[in-house]
Amino acid sequence: MSEKVLMKGNEALAEAAIMAGCRHYFGYPITPQTEIAAYMAKRMPKIGGVFLQAESEIAAINMVIGGASTGRRVMTSSSSPGISLKSEGLSYLAGCDLPALVVNVQRGGPGLGGIQPSQSDYFHATRGAGHGDFHMIVLAPSSVQEMVNLTFKGFDLAEKYRMTCMILSDGTMGQMMEPVTLDMGEIQKYDKSWALTGTKGERKPRIINSLFLQPDELEKFNFARYERYKKIEENESIYEEYRMEDAEVCIVAFGVASRVSKNAIDKAREQGIKVGMIRPVTLWPFPKKRFEEAADKVRAFVSVELSMGQMIEDIELATRCRRPVLLCNRTGGMIPTVENVLEKIAEADKIGGTR
Amino acid sequence: MTKNILLAGFGGQGILFSGKFLAYEGLMEGKELSWLPSYGPEMRGGTANCSVILSDEPVGSPIVTNPDILIAMNLPSLDKYENAAAIGAHILVDSSLIERKVMRDDVDAHYIPATRLAADNEMSGLANMIMIGYMIRKTGIIPYDNVAKTMEKVVPAKKQNLLELNKKAVELGYNYK
Amino acid sequence: MKVFEKPHALTDNVLHYCPGCTHGIIHRLVAEVIDELGIEGRTIGVASVGCSVMAYNYFNVDMVQAAHGRAPAVATGVKRTEPDNIVFTYQGDGDLAAIGTAEMVHSAARGENITIIFVNNAIYGMTGGQMAPTTLPGQVTQTSPYGRDVKTVGYPVKVCEMVSQLDGAAYIERVAVNNVKNVRNAKKAIKKAFEYQVEGKGFSLIELISSCPTNWGLTPSKALEWIDENMIPYYPLGVYKDKYADKEAGSDD
Repeated sequence: MSEKVLMKGNEALAEAAIMAGCRHYFGYPITPQTEIAAYMAKRMPKIGGVFLQAESEIAAINMVIGGASTGRRVMTSSSSPGISLKSEGLSYLAGCDLPALVVNVQRGGPGLGGIQPSQSDYFHATRGAGHGDFHMIVLAPSSVQEMVNLTFKGFDLAEKYRMTCMILSDGTMGQMMEPVTLDMGEIQKYDKSWALTGTKGERKPRIINSLFLQPDELEKFNFARYERYKKIEENESIYEEYRMEDAEVCIVAFGVASRVSKNAIDKAREQGIKVGMIRPVTLWPFPKKRFEEAADKVRAFVSVELSMGQMIEDIELATRCRRPVLLCNRTGGMIPTVENVLEKIAEADKIGGTR
Repeated sequence: MTKNILLAGFGGQGILFSGKFLAYEGLMEGKELSWLPSYGPEMRGGTANCSVILSDEPVGSPIVTNPDILIAMNLPSLDKYENAAAIGAHILVDSSLIERKVMRDDVDAHYIPATRLAADNEMSGLANMIMIGYMIRKTGIIPYDNVAKTMEKVVPAKKQNLLELNKKAVELGYNYK
Repeated sequence: MKVFEKPHALTDNVLHYCPGCTHGIIHRLVAEVIDELGIEGRTIGVASVGCSVMAYNYFNVDMVQAAHGRAPAVATGVKRTEPDNIVFTYQGDGDLAAIGTAEMVHSAARGENITIIFVNNAIYGMTGGQMAPTTLPGQVTQTSPYGRDVKTVGYPVKVCEMVSQLDGAAYIERVAVNNVKNVRNAKKAIKKAFEYQVEGKGFSLIELISSCPTNWGLTPSKALEWIDENMIPYYPLGVYKDKYADKEAGSDD
C-alpha cells in the first residue's frame, strides 16, 4: 500500500484524473471547484498534457466533445451555474455516445445562488442534464479518498459504456483535506474503433454525430442506448451500508450529508434507537434493489439532503412508497447538523407500521 | 478518542495554516483526520475558520460544531463559538486582541497574548503558532517531540526560511508562563 | 485523357443542397485542396448546424458534428488531442457570427492552429430564411419582412474586419464564389489557409460570400448577380490579415 498523503478533495480528484490517464483538461473558473483547474494548470504542462481555460463553460464542454471524439480521456469541471451552461454539451455527448468525465462541485442555487455546499443539482444530474432521452452515470463521493477512487472509476465506466460520467460532489468534499492513498492500479483498455484519428488512407471515414432526421432511425438508437443503461443498472450500482444489520429506521444520504448522518446514527444508537444508513454511491443508477429489500425490514426512511428534497423521490420510487420517507434537509448552502438529523431519526422512530 | 478542534479568527492570521499543521501532525501519527476550511469571499478580511478532527476512528462529519478545543483569535470568533464549545472544552483566547474573558464556567479557559508575544519576539504573523504551542502543552493531544518533524512537512518548500521561525513560535507558546 | 473528376476527398453521396446553392462549389474547393495537399488521411472535419449540418456525409475524412455555434470549440478539442491532424470547421453565418461568436472569436484569439471555412449567404437557410447576423440593411427575410431596419435590429457583423484585429489570427481573407474568377481566388485562399495549418502557422478563417437562391427568392443566376450588386459592396473581398505576408513586407508584427 502506498503512503498516505494529505490532500484537498479537489486536488486529489485532479491528481486521480491524471493517474487515470487524463491529459486534457478544459475548464472555466468558478467557485468552489477552482482548485481542480489550478491543479491542472500546474501539473499538465509538466507531463506533456494540455490545460486550457476556455472562454465559457459552453466552450469547455464542447472542447471535451472534440477531445473525446479522438478517443482521449478528457474532462471538465465546474460548479452548479456552470453545469447549467454545460447541459447542451452533456446532451450532445450522450447523443454521440462519447465518454467523458464531468465534475460538478455543487453550490447553492437556483440562479447565481451562493458558493456554499449544496446537493441541489441532484435532479439535474440524475434526470435532466440536458434535452432528450439520456442518462449519465453519477458518482457521489463522501470522502477525499472517494474523490480519488471514484474519479479513477469514473473514467473507466465512461469508456466502458461510452457515456458521460459525472462526479457529483459538493463544496465540502472539494475543500476538505483528508489522508488519501493514490494507489490506483492498472488502467483498463477499451475498444476505440469509433475514435476520430484520421483515416490514414487505410479505412472508411468515421463519423461522430447525433443527428438522425429519420424518426425510426433515431428511435432505434435510443432503444439501443437504453438497453445499455439497463445493463448499467444491473451491474454498476454501488452503495455502502452503515449499521443496517438490525436497523428499523434507515437514513439515506450521500456526500457530506452522509458524514453528518454517521455521527447522528452513532448518537441515536447510544439512545437505543435502531438506526442505520444506506449511502448510495451511484446516484444513477440508483441502487433500487437494495431499497426494495430494505423496505421489507425498516419502518421508515429518512432522506438527508442539502436540497429541498430531490433524492427523496428516488427512495419513494425504489420502495414504491411502501414505507414513509421523511425529509431532513437544509438548503442554500446550509448543511444539516447532527441535531437536525437526530430530530428526524426520533420522529421516524415513532412511526409504527407492520414489519 | 476523537478531538474536535475549531480554529477561528480573521483572514490573514494563519488560521488555515495552523489547522494544516495539526492535520499533518495527525497524518504522521497515522490518525484518522479531516481538515475543513471556511471558504469564499468571507476569507478576505472577514472571519476565517477551520475545523480539524483527529481521531482513532474514521471521521464522520468533518464540520466541527461543538469543539473540544477552540482557538479564538478575534472577538467575533469568541462571540460566535464560545457557547458552541463542548462542556469541559479548552478555549484558548488571544488576549492581546480579545479584551473580554470567557463567560462560561464549565470550560477550561486560557488567555495567551499571542499577537503581542509574536510582535515582541520578531515573529509577527505567527501568533497562530504560538497559540498552537500553548495548546499542545495544555491539552497534550500532540507529542511535543513531533513538532519539528511535522513542521518540516507543512512549511512549503518555497518558504523554508520560515521553518525555524515557525518552530520557535510553537516553542514560545509551549513555554509561555 | 481524363479532363475532369470528382475530388477523392468528396464521397459519392448526393448533395442535399438546393439547386443553385453554392455550398456544392465550396465543398468541392475544400476537397480539391485536401487532395492537392495530400492530407486526406489526417484531416478531421467539424460540421456545424445549418444547411451544411450533414457535411459529414460529403467529405471523405473523419468528421464530428457539433452543436449550433460550437464547432470552433469542438475543433479546439480535436486539435489539442490530435495536434498532428489537420482540423477544419465548416460553418454558416448564423452558426459562426451569431450563436457561435464567442467560440469563433476566442479560437482566433488563442491562435488555434485550425482552419474555419465560413459560408456567408446573409440568411438562415436551413430554418427557412430568417434574418442572419450578416443580413444586409434593408434586406427582406422571414423575420425582417419589412427589410432589415438597422435602427431597431442593428447592423450586420463584418467577421473578417473584426477577427483580423486579433493578434492570434494568422490569415483572414474574404472571397466569393459567384463567378469563375472569384471561385479561382476562393480556392487559392482555402489552399493557403490549409497550408498555413500544415506549416503550424496558426488560425485561419476564409469567409466565402455565397448565395441562397431559395431563400433570397431569386433564380440561381440572378442570385449570383445579387452577390456582385449587394453583398460584395458591403463585404469587400480581399486579404484582411496575413501575419506572415506582413512579416515579409517588413511590418513590425
